[in-house]
Amino acid sequence: MIRSVPRSRVFNGLYLAYLVAFFVYLALPLLVTAAFAFNDSSFPSLPWQGFTLDWYLADGSEGRTGLFHDDGLLNALWVSTKIAFWVTLGSVALGCVNAVLFERLQFRGKEFLYLLMLLPLVIPGVILGVSILVFYSGTANEVSRLWGIELDIFRPGMTLVVMGQVTFITTLATLVIGARLRKFDPQLEEAALNLGATPLVAWFTVTLPWLLPSIFGAAAMAFLMSFENFNTTVMLTGSDTPLTVALFNRLREGSTPVLNAVALFLMAVSGLLAMLTLRQNRED
Amino acid sequence: MKSSASRLSLWLLLTPFLLWIVLLVLVPHIQMLRVSFQVRESWDTLAWGLEQYQNFFTESYYWRTFVRTGVMSLFTTFLTLLVAFPIAWYIAKMARGRSKRLLFLACLIPFWASELVRTYGWMILLRESGLFSSWLQALGWADGPVEMLYNDVAVIVGLVYNGLLFMVVPLVTTLDGMDENLVEAGYDLGGGHATVLREVVVPWAMPGIVSGCTVVFMLTLGSYLTPVLMGGKDSAWFTEQIFTQFITRFNWEQGAALGVLLLVLSSVMVWLGLKLSGQSLRKVMG
Repeated sequence: MIRSVPRSRVFNGLYLAYLVAFFVYLALPLLVTAAFAFNDSSFPSLPWQGFTLDWYLADGSEGRTGLFHDDGLLNALWVSTKIAFWVTLGSVALGCVNAVLFERLQFRGKEFLYLLMLLPLVIPGVILGVSILVFYSGTANEVSRLWGIELDIFRPGMTLVVMGQVTFITTLATLVIGARLRKFDPQLEEAALNLGATPLVAWFTVTLPWLLPSIFGAAAMAFLMSFENFNTTVMLTGSDTPLTVALFNRLREGSTPVLNAVALFLMAVSGLLAMLTLRQNRED
Repeated sequence: MKSSASRLSLWLLLTPFLLWIVLLVLVPHIQMLRVSFQVRESWDTLAWGLEQYQNFFTESYYWRTFVRTGVMSLFTTFLTLLVAFPIAWYIAKMARGRSKRLLFLACLIPFWASELVRTYGWMILLRESGLFSSWLQALGWADGPVEMLYNDVAVIVGLVYNGLLFMVVPLVTTLDGMDENLVEAGYDLGGGHATVLREVVVPWAMPGIVSGCTVVFMLTLGSYLTPVLMGGKDSAWFTEQIFTQFITRFNWEQGAALGVLLLVLSSVMVWLGLKLSGQSLRKVMG
């Protein structure tokens, strides 16, 4: 079972075959999606009709609309970007504060609050969305009914989507930043204090630079997770649909290679972001 | 630092945390629980009652889907563990240096794409006009187009695919830390493959197994895209019913009750998994 224990050749062969099969299983759906983004046919299926960039560039004049001329998709892309921006900002800021709270301070009930902090990770995403919808949108409905005041920000729409995503992404950001803070040597900060820095200056000149890689890592992760989230988002979205929801709606109507083009675009962007964070981690 | 200053800094840090956890997690869930016990008598009057929960038990469609979703999620979790274990073993214990890193990275890459993209990839492969169907026809193994999508097998293939990362990573992490001498000792003492696996490897890997299974089960139970897009008319998923109640029928009371039931199911299963294996949420998640 390990290298030092002899195995039969048949076993080795089978094991190798399994490994190959596994990695084919892993790669196939993505490779196929990427390839059909360039197939010169109106459906993402065989036979291969030749290479084309129409699914990105076509302007609609020949019955094909590529991603870069598809206003619906571009708008959805913009909505997703705005949401991801606010979610990143909110969850990373909260994550920093939480990390300091749980790693550096001692207070009563800390263990209990830490468990509460982990809670959003074990609540299904749909439920997170539903509960926020019920509470905030329900409150808006009640307020409108009783007093005739319209609380539009609490109706399904961007604010609610951001709130829903911040709920669970904050936990992840806290874990990422907290893990780095745990490795910090508090003596460095004390040295700064001894040298005459105020606690605030020590924090900004010593501790924060140490945390920065993990903050960037958490931000990249938050952005990706927000961009790709569906389960929570779908419950809270209003008339401005973000990309995943727009894609889902298109997919139900039937698939065209434009969807492959979007999928490949998404893979490229998230791949790039993931590479950046991986590289950052290796440099540490 | 003076104690009043440290009290102040504690409250400064505690306030954002409390706002987040209370306003976005606790209060919404309590409200969802409350709404699930409200019965709409007319357009503006409400009463307390168990009607929504009664509906769940009397309407066989609800509870059948509920049980089906639970059972299929358990099966998916088990299958994911089975598929992932040999891979994790190879990465942790057989591969070395560069190939180890590359194989591990290869497991991560598909998860840079969103669940929607992954599911879409599977649809292109499995559907009637899809790639597998074309290949089967080209090879002469099928006379006409073969529909492989829209059934339970397709759903499970997709769900296992979605869960793999969350199983492989914790398994590799725990197996990495295992001393190979333990395995050798097991063989030296006369154990066969099965015995060593059962008595040495699995107990050692238990924290990773539990952590992987917990996350995969939770994600599978709460997944929406894969079952909806890859499942057929008869393979309904419980999250789909929650969505229908909320968005299509605008019956929030019923939807909230179904949501509470799903939450209870996932909490009980996660709790049970932790208890049976002697792990804690803090160890598994934090």
